[in-house]
Amino acid sequence: MQNKDVLIYVEQEGGRVHPIAFELLGKGRELADKTGSRVCCALLGSGIYDAAKELVAYGADVVYVFDDASLATFDSLAHKQNLVTLINEIKPAFVLFGATFTGKALSPRVAATLEAGLNSNCTALELQSDGSLLQARPAFTGNFLAHVKTKSVPALMTVRYRALEAGARNDSRKGEIIKRDVQKVASAIKVLGKGAAKEASIAAADVVVCAGRGLKKADDFAMVKRLADALGGVVGATRPLVDDGWISKDHQVGFSGTIVKPKLYVGVGVSGSPQHLAGMRESGTIVAINSDPSVALFRIADYSVVGDIYEIVPQMIELLKK
Amino acid sequence: MHIIVLAKQVPDIEKVKFLAGSNRVDRKSADAEINPFDLNAVEAAQQMKANLGATVTVLSMGPASAEAVLREAIARDADRGILLTDDAFAGADTLATAYTLAAAIRKLGAFDLILCGEKTVDGDTGQIGPAVAERLGITLLPFVSQITEATADKIVAVIETSAGSLNVEAAFPLLITGTKELNTPRLPTLKDKLRARKAEVEKWTAADLSDADASKFGAAGSPTWVESITVPPEKKRKGEVLKGEGSANQLVAALDKAGLLKG
Repeated sequence: MQNKDVLIYVEQEGGRVHPIAFELLGKGRELADKTGSRVCCALLGSGIYDAAKELVAYGADVVYVFDDASLATFDSLAHKQNLVTLINEIKPAFVLFGATFTGKALSPRVAATLEAGLNSNCTALELQSDGSLLQARPAFTGNFLAHVKTKSVPALMTVRYRALEAGARNDSRKGEIIKRDVQKVASAIKVLGKGAAKEASIAAADVVVCAGRGLKKADDFAMVKRLADALGGVVGATRPLVDDGWISKDHQVGFSGTIVKPKLYVGVGVSGSPQHLAGMRESGTIVAINSDPSVALFRIADYSVVGDIYEIVPQMIELLKK
Repeated sequence: MHIIVLAKQVPDIEKVKFLAGSNRVDRKSADAEINPFDLNAVEAAQQMKANLGATVTVLSMGPASAEAVLREAIARDADRGILLTDDAFAGADTLATAYTLAAAIRKLGAFDLILCGEKTVDGDTGQIGPAVAERLGITLLPFVSQITEATADKIVAVIETSAGSLNVEAAFPLLITGTKELNTPRLPTLKDKLRARKAEVEKWTAADLSDADASKFGAAGSPTWVESITVPPEKKRKGEVLKGEGSANQLVAALDKAGLLKG
């Protein structure tokens, strides 16, 4: 019978596993249980061995650990080299990556090397009766959903963060942890230094309070921040405010910024351009506050508050203090 | 110095429709334009040409009508526009597209830098840049948000990673995928547009890429295919409108009831 194993590329930073890996494990477990196969993880980096147990707890049958200082790099070259060798050896049917900066730079290189099909930004994966995988991904800035199939073995895909449910953690689960020899590949890229650290991970937040053009000046982000704090969330912004330099790019919600799917999204003076909607329309509950009753965001909101943000937001902050 | 820019023609995504009963874009439903992310790549090439002196070649693949994209780039100071167009290239997925583009780049000969947008607004895969770099065996700088310094043999740039931005340096040859922050594209003048209208756009077919494996072009070389395209169902929303005195109160109460408040 054909091997139906699932291989998951695990993204980590300083030994901390990116939560997308747990979501991929949740789906990988489901697929493997249906086909009676294994879920394998490829964990690459430096000083990462301890993270392997966590992957087992989230459903991995086998974790291949590539632990070497040469892999502590953002350059996808070394990761590609080691991953391709592993894939050629264990021959999985499906290889899953997170649709993150790392996954998006790495996966096309792996696909080109293997001459394999790769689908990007999948939001749903569904096993078909013939054993193939139907992958759904947004296209045309989220206006359409494309349902895609792959005939190559393996089939590669990147999956959007927060599109799938993470499996349950079970620390008594048993799995195999295999240490692998690392092929060292020198990077041609010299890192001169770190730029601005990310202030906010709006992609990971459960609550995003997003300011739009209704905000009159940059200083008023202080008010938005107070509301975000009161709700236990982070501050987001629309593209014009980022373009004007009022706030850093890592706060930008939208197609050319970050696509978010929080439990609660609050738009403060956000009109809702198509590019912005493409970046937040999957949010759990949507609140829109705007004095203009005709804005597009109101059409997809659960709660539309028609009023002046400079009155409503301070009132909300007061109420939330209680 | 030779800079190659990869550009794609895309439909206006606000208006695009699909042909009934098929998975193909109805080209009459929306105007076509150059992928907005590629304009930043063209602008970056234009700036480097002005500062360092360079020949800029713009390369695209698509139907004959996609030559408009190359004229747009020529109006923005590109020296040469090449359109890969052939029925044999049609129906290509990302694997086949990157293979074909890389074959054309090999035919172009020596280059220092390849620039492209981080993704397109239609396919949104962001695969072509990294895949072309892999095919050509060159260094990839993904998600470049700023070119700090460019000289004849290397570049210093800011790139975006999952952990934040990094200042990096890399020697040519390399491929850069640019984000929207890379620069602000300038508009061409009327005179430039007129000049571009008269310029020659070279058309290359499969026969021009005779060193490549033709079985890897187009639909035949594509391991993925679109089974169907649907309009995603809009999530059901409550659609409650709150107005006037007490609306903040009502909102906070509703969020509390829904369990969305912390603590």
